[in-house]
Amino acid sequence: MQRVLLIVLLWLGATGVAGAQAPTDDPAAADPPSVSDALADLKSRDFDIKGAAIETIARSGHERAEALLQALLDRGLVHDRAHDRIALGEQADGGWALTDPLTGDSLGQVDARAARPVIINNRLREQIRNLQAVAALSNPDSGRRRQAVQRLIGSADPTVIQALRERQAKEDNTAVADAIDTALSIAVLRDPDSDLHARLAAIDAVAGSLEPAVKNVLRDRATQTDAAAERNAAEKALKAIDARTARYETADTIFFGLSLGSVLLLAAIGLAITFGVMGVINMAHGELIMLGAYTTYVVQQIFPQGHEWSLLIAIPAAFLVSALVGIVIERCVIRFLYGRPLETLLATFGVSLILQQAVRLIFSPLNRSVVTPDWMSGALQINPVFSLTYNRLYIIFFALAVFLTLLTVLKKTRLGLQVRAVSQNRITARAMGIRSERVNALTFGLGSGIAGIAGVALAQLTNVGPNLGQAYIIDSFMVVVFGGVGNLWGTLTAAFGLGIANKFIEPLAGAVLAKIMVLVFIILFIQRKPRGLFPQRGRAAEDS
Amino acid sequence: MSRPDSFAANLRETFRRDQVFGPLRPGTRPVSPGHLDTGGKHILYMEDVTVSFDGFKALNDLTLYIEPGELRCIIGPNGAGKSTMMDVITGKTRPDTGVCYFGQTLDLTAMSETDIATAGIGRKFQKPTVFPEHTALENLELAMAGPKGTWHALLKPVTGEQRDWMASTLDTVGLLGERDRLAGALSHGQKQWLEIAMVLMQKPELLLVDEPIAGMTRQEVERTAELLQGLAGEHSVMVVEHDMEFIRSIANTVTVLHQGSVLAEGSMQQVQNDPKVIEVYLGESSS
Amino acid sequence: MRHSDFKTALTDHAAKLFLGVLFGAVIIVALLNLLVPADSALHVSSYTVTLLGKYLCYALLALALDLVWGYCGILSLGHGAFFALGGYAMGMYLMRQIGDRGVYGNPELPDFMVFLNWDQLPWYWHGFDHFGFALLMVGLVPGVLAFVFGWLAFRSRVTGVYLSIITQALTYALMLAFFRNELGFGGNNGLTDFKDILGFSLQADGTRVALLLASALALGGAFVLCRWITGTRLGRTVMAVRDAESRARFLGYRTEHYKLWVFTLSAVLAGIAGALYVPQVGIINPGEFSPLNSIELVVWVAVGGRATLYGAVIGAILVNYGKTVFTGVMPEAWLFALGGLFVAVTVFLPQGLVGLAKNLARKKKTEKDEEAHHEPA
Repeated sequence: MQRVLLIVLLWLGATGVAGAQAPTDDPAAADPPSVSDALADLKSRDFDIKGAAIETIARSGHERAEALLQALLDRGLVHDRAHDRIALGEQADGGWALTDPLTGDSLGQVDARAARPVIINNRLREQIRNLQAVAALSNPDSGRRRQAVQRLIGSADPTVIQALRERQAKEDNTAVADAIDTALSIAVLRDPDSDLHARLAAIDAVAGSLEPAVKNVLRDRATQTDAAAERNAAEKALKAIDARTARYETADTIFFGLSLGSVLLLAAIGLAITFGVMGVINMAHGELIMLGAYTTYVVQQIFPQGHEWSLLIAIPAAFLVSALVGIVIERCVIRFLYGRPLETLLATFGVSLILQQAVRLIFSPLNRSVVTPDWMSGALQINPVFSLTYNRLYIIFFALAVFLTLLTVLKKTRLGLQVRAVSQNRITARAMGIRSERVNALTFGLGSGIAGIAGVALAQLTNVGPNLGQAYIIDSFMVVVFGGVGNLWGTLTAAFGLGIANKFIEPLAGAVLAKIMVLVFIILFIQRKPRGLFPQRGRAAEDS
Repeated sequence: MSRPDSFAANLRETFRRDQVFGPLRPGTRPVSPGHLDTGGKHILYMEDVTVSFDGFKALNDLTLYIEPGELRCIIGPNGAGKSTMMDVITGKTRPDTGVCYFGQTLDLTAMSETDIATAGIGRKFQKPTVFPEHTALENLELAMAGPKGTWHALLKPVTGEQRDWMASTLDTVGLLGERDRLAGALSHGQKQWLEIAMVLMQKPELLLVDEPIAGMTRQEVERTAELLQGLAGEHSVMVVEHDMEFIRSIANTVTVLHQGSVLAEGSMQQVQNDPKVIEVYLGESSS
Repeated sequence: MRHSDFKTALTDHAAKLFLGVLFGAVIIVALLNLLVPADSALHVSSYTVTLLGKYLCYALLALALDLVWGYCGILSLGHGAFFALGGYAMGMYLMRQIGDRGVYGNPELPDFMVFLNWDQLPWYWHGFDHFGFALLMVGLVPGVLAFVFGWLAFRSRVTGVYLSIITQALTYALMLAFFRNELGFGGNNGLTDFKDILGFSLQADGTRVALLLASALALGGAFVLCRWITGTRLGRTVMAVRDAESRARFLGYRTEHYKLWVFTLSAVLAGIAGALYVPQVGIINPGEFSPLNSIELVVWVAVGGRATLYGAVIGAILVNYGKTVFTGVMPEAWLFALGGLFVAVTVFLPQGLVGLAKNLARKKKTEKDEEAHHEPA
C-alpha cells in the first residue's frame, strides 16, 4: 500500500500537478478535503466534471481512492438523494446498504429508489481503467505490471506516456520492459509532432510485436505518411508481423490438431487393446466412452459443490463403471465368439444399441452438461495471437499420461505379460498355465475402462448425450486401423497425425468436408497398405 | 550420334517383329500354361534366395535346382525353411534377395499366386486345405485346369469329358464313393487324398507336396508312394516329408535343409552318411 | 454336380414355392385393396399396400447383402449407401416431375435450389427428367461406386473386419457429404414432396398397387437371378473364395475378380431396391446413408439365415414387421429388442431361422428313424 502511494506521488510530482498535501506515511492523516469535493462533483450530470473529479480522486493518494474508483466501475458508488450525498452502496434486501466513502462507516439502509448509482460513460470507464493501470504499473507482481502495460498500449494520454517512461527507467523485467517499449513506440507513432527519425526508430522497435494496436498504427502510418522512408519501413514491419502471425496461427492449428488427436487417442487406445491385442471388434466401445461421460455427470450431481475436485473421483469411477460393463459384455457375449470377428462385430453392435437406449431411458434423450472446473477454464496467453486453452492443454497431457500408463501396464506388469502371451498364441499360453479366460476378461475390462476415462475427458469438451459414443466409434476404428493393428505407438502416431491433418484441412474446406476427406484418405490408404502405418511382420502376421 | 538417324533407327527398332518391350518381357507378364519354356536343364531355379522375418532368416542364400520329371524329397528339422521355400515358389512370400525362375522365362518373384498357379505349379499344403462346404466332386471342379474367368464360370457348364476326367481322378485317389459328400465331412486322410486329387486336376508341370502322408494309414501311405512315383517323369515333383521310411521308399535325390540353406544333397544313402547331416538332424538318434 | 441355367433356377421346387408365395400374397393384397370396398372387413388399406411394398424393397436389399455376405463372405456394412444412391437417383427423377407445382413454382429448379438462390440446375441433375435415364442411373451409380471401391479394396486384399470397417466409413462419409446443401441433393431434408411417377399420381391407390407389383417383380426376378448365379460354377467359385480364398488363388483363380463381380451385382440390386423404395415412402434423405441402417440390414440377413437367399427375404420381412409392431406399441423398447436380436442371433442362432428349421427337421427325422428302428424290437 505504501509503495502504491509512493508511486502515485512520484507520478504526481512528475506531471507537475502535485497537490498541496505533504507526503506522509500515515494514511489516516492524508484526508484531503479535495476528495470529498470531488465526490460531491460526481453528483453532476456533466461528464467532464465527473472526469475531473475522477482525476482528482485518483491523484489524491487517499487510501480508499482505489476502492472508490473500482466501486464507480462496478456501479457501487451511489447518489443518496435523501441526504444528497455520495456513498458506497451495496444492494441488499431490495434496498441499498450504504457506507461512508471515506471512512467506511455504515450509513444505514435506504430504499431502492432512494439511491441511484453514479452513471459513467465509456470514456470515463476508459479513464478509470487507465488510471488503475497506471497505478498497477508499480505492482510488485510482474504479471500484473505487464497486464497494466498491455492495457495502456495505444493510449495517447500524455500523463500515461509519462508514467510509462517513468516505469521504463526502472523496470527490470524484460517482458514488461518490452511491452513498455511497444507502448511508447506506438505513442511516438501516434504523435503528429514526432520527428521522422524517432518514428523510424519506433517502427523498428515494434516490428516484431503482435499487439493489434501495433498493426493498426503501422497500417495508419503506411497510408498516411508523406515520407517514403517511413512508408517503406511501416510496410516492411507489417509484412514481418503478418508472417509472424501466420506462424503462430500454424502453431495454433497444430495445437488444436494435437488436442483433437489426444481425444482420438483416448477414444482409440481402449480399442487398440480390445481390437489390436485381442482381435475383438467392439462396436460398443463408443458406448463405453459414453458411460464414462455419464459417470462424470453423475459424480458431479452427487457432489454439487465439489466440481473443482470431483473429476478426481470421476476418473477412477468412470474407469470402474466402464470396465465392469466391459467385463460383463465379455463374459456374456464375446467369449462365445472368439475367432469369429464378424460375429463379434454384430453382437457388440447389438450391445451398443441396448446401452444407448438404457441411457436414454435413465437420463432422458436430452444432452447433459458437465461443469468444467475453474482450473480448466481460461487460457494460457502466449502472445496476443496465440493462446492455449487450459482444458485442451490438460486433455493433451491427460491423454499422454493415460497412454504411457497403459504402455507401462502392458510392458511391465504380470497382466501385461499374460495379455501379450495370450494374444500371440492362445493355446500355448494356456498350456503354460495362463488362465486365458481370466486374462481375456481383464484385458477387455482394461480396454473398456480406458474408454470410460476417455469419456471423462470428452465430457469436458462436449455435451454428454446418448449419441456421444457413436460420434467417435468410426473415428476410433480409423485411428487403430491407420496406425496398424496391435501397435500402440502406431495408434499414437495415427491419432495425432489424423487430428492435425483434420485441423489443417478444416479452414480450407470446412469441418464436414475435412472429415470426409480424412475418411476418404484413410479408405484409400488402407487399400494401399492394408496393415496400417506400422504393420507387424512375420509369419504369425502373414497367416492371420 | 546424329539425331534423325537414331530416331529412324529407334522407330525401326520399335516396329521390329521380334521386339520385346519391358512390360511384355517374359516373366513380368501374366502367363498361361503354354508359355512355360522348359528348354533348359532345370525346370525350377532358386538362387541365393533370402527371406527374413524381423531379423530372423527363414531362408538364407538358398540355392536349389529341380530337373524336369524329377522326384525330389526335401527334409530338414522344424524351422529349416521348407514351408517358406514353398511359399516363395508359389508367390505367397516375396524373397528379400535372390532369383527364382520357373523354366527359362518365368520370374516367380514377380508373379502373383494366381499367375504362378496358372503357369503350372500346383501345391498341396501341409495342413490339408480343401473347400469344406463343397462336395468332393465340386472341389475337383474348382481345381480343374482351364479358363478361370468369371464369365466363363458363369456361362460354361462342365462338359461330359471333364466330368469323366474328374471321376477318374477321384477313382485314382479312391474317393469315387465319396464324390457327393461335403469335403469338410471327410476324414483327415481322405482330405489329404482329395487335395492331391485337386493338385492333379490342375495338370501342373511342378507339384509341391507338403507332408502328404500325415494322418494316413499304412495302405494309404503305400498308395501315395506309388502315386507320387507314377507322377514323376511326366511331372516334376517336390515332396517335403518328415517320415524317413517314406522318403527312403520314394526318393532318388534328397535335399537336406538346415537354417534356411541347403546342408546336403544327394541320394538317401549319401545324405545319411554325411557327417554334417548326422550332426544337425539325424545326429540326435545316434548320440 | 448341378450347373443350373435360367430355366432350372426358375422352375425348381424351391423357386416355384418362393415365387408362388410372393406373387400369391401380393396379388391377393392388390385385389383386396382395389376391388373390395373400403368399408368391408376384407379391405386392405393403401397403408398396408405401401407397407408391404416397403418390406419387399427391404427384402430385395437383404437379398443383395446375402449375395455378398452369405455367398462371398464380404460383410459389407455400407450396403445402405448403394440403396440410398439408387433411391436418390429415383428421387431426382421424381423431383423433376414436380415441375412448377413446387412451393416456389419454379418450373426448372426444385424448391430447395430456389431456396438456396441457385439460378440453374447443376450439371449432374440433367437427364433426370427422363425416366429411362433415371433407371439407368439407379443401377449405374451404385454399380460404378461398388466397382471402383471394390476394385481398390479387393486388389489390395483388404478382407474381413477391415473391409467391413471401411465400407462403414464409406457410407458414413457419403452421409456427411449428402448432409451438405452445397452438394445439390437437398441437404438435410433430402428430396421429398413428390407428385407423380410416369404421369400417375403417387397418392393414387392404383399407383401404389403398381409399385407393390413392381417391387414383387424385382424381388422375384432378383431371387431367380441369384439362384441361377449361385448354382453355376461362378457361384461355387465365389463360395470357395469365401471359405478359403488363398487356396482358390493357388488354384489359379483371380479371386478379386470374382469378389468384384458379386459385389458390383449386389450393389446394383441394392440400388434397384432403393429406387423402388423411394416412390413408396415419398422421401429420401441422408439418414438412409447412416451406418445404423446398413448394420440393421445385416441383422435381417442374420436372423433369416445366411447363404440361402430365401432366408434373407424371410429375415427382412420378419424383422421389419417386428419393428412396425414394436414402434407402434412401445417405441422405447424397439432398440432393446433390436439390440437383443443382434446378440441372440450371433450367439445362439449363427445359421439363422432357416438353419434352426433345418436342424429341427433333421432332429425330427433322426428321431423318426430311431423310432422306426425301435418298432420291430
